Amino acid sequence: MDTKRMALLFAALAPVVGAAHAEVKITDAWVRGTTQTQTASGAFMSITSSEKAALVGAASPIAGKVEIHEMRTERGMMHMRRVERIELPARNPVVLGPGGYHLMLMGLKQRLVEGASVPLVLTVAGSNGHATDVPINVTVAPITAQHSPANHGH
Amino acid sequence: MSADKLTATARALRRALPWLLVAALGVGATGCDRGGEAREAEAIDASADGRTLDFALTDHTGKLRRLSDFRGKVIAVFFGYTQCPDVCPTTLAEFVQVYRRLGQRADKIQVLFVTVDPERDTQQLLAEYMPAFDPRFIGLRGAPQDLRKATDAFAVSYTKIGGQSGKDYTLDHTAYVFLVDASGHLRLKVPHGQSADALITLIEEILD
Repeated sequence: MDTKRMALLFAALAPVVGAAHAEVKITDAWVRGTTQTQTASGAFMSITSSEKAALVGAASPIAGKVEIHEMRTERGMMHMRRVERIELPARNPVVLGPGGYHLMLMGLKQRLVEGASVPLVLTVAGSNGHATDVPINVTVAPITAQHSPANHGH
Repeated sequence: MSADKLTATARALRRALPWLLVAALGVGATGCDRGGEAREAEAIDASADGRTLDFALTDHTGKLRRLSDFRGKVIAVFFGYTQCPDVCPTTLAEFVQVYRRLGQRADKIQVLFVTVDPERDTQQLLAEYMPAFDPRFIGLRGAPQDLRKATDAFAVSYTKIGGQSGKDYTLDHTAYVFLVDASGHLRLKVPHGQSADALITLIEEILD
């Protein structure tokens, strides 16, 4: 195969490869601060994918493990479940927020001090099943936070 | 045939609808006339119960506390656990606002947080956790049988979920805030998600 044909082939493939890797935008990411002894906390954010995709996992060097959880209240009971994935429809922000989904950081290796920033890696699977890691930094909000720091006025 | 069925369902629904509405109004809404952006206060009237509730648990300083120690104050009791990332801190955070907005009158209210996870929520952890919200909040824990007495008194249920590796479980639990009046009677069960303003409206109702 000569270089010209090779270039053409790549040119043809490129958009396809681009489409397989959904572009993922994370906004308003925050994690609740902890006290000295606490070893778990919840992280919240808004995720927008350019293509149909799914959040299938997360990890952080400061936590033993990170799970995707769904919280709901039903007849006065608070239920919390681990979920395998959160579907991300194309160009529609999915909010991980209080009263819904969150990322559960378990086995924290350090205290989450208000105002600090902690690294988190999200694993996003495209519609073709191809997984991409999306590294982000998450702001540590006060333990008393109720919303994202952006609209947290006190 | 299916059209008949539909009509029958519709008829049944129409008959039931007024009652459904009555139920919704009866259960919800004690009203919130602060206007503006404050949401309507929502609570379940539990005063028909008529019981005087009590329990004995250890607070986050190691002191034995009975519910009856707080007679004369409106008590807001919430059952949860500190590894709960969402409902528990949000509820406590609302009460931080309640205390702040009530100013001096906050002395008439006592927030009690009972952990349903005494295994991981040690006294030390509660001693850090409670003042991180407000130094006046009291965290309570107890041996399984004492905790059981407290949860039974309020008809609170809790269940451990998952956690193959032993420590990574979560807990499903009743998420009502229970408002007990100054004479120790359970008055209101407040569902999760009420704003501080709504909580103040409900508290003021039973303050006198």
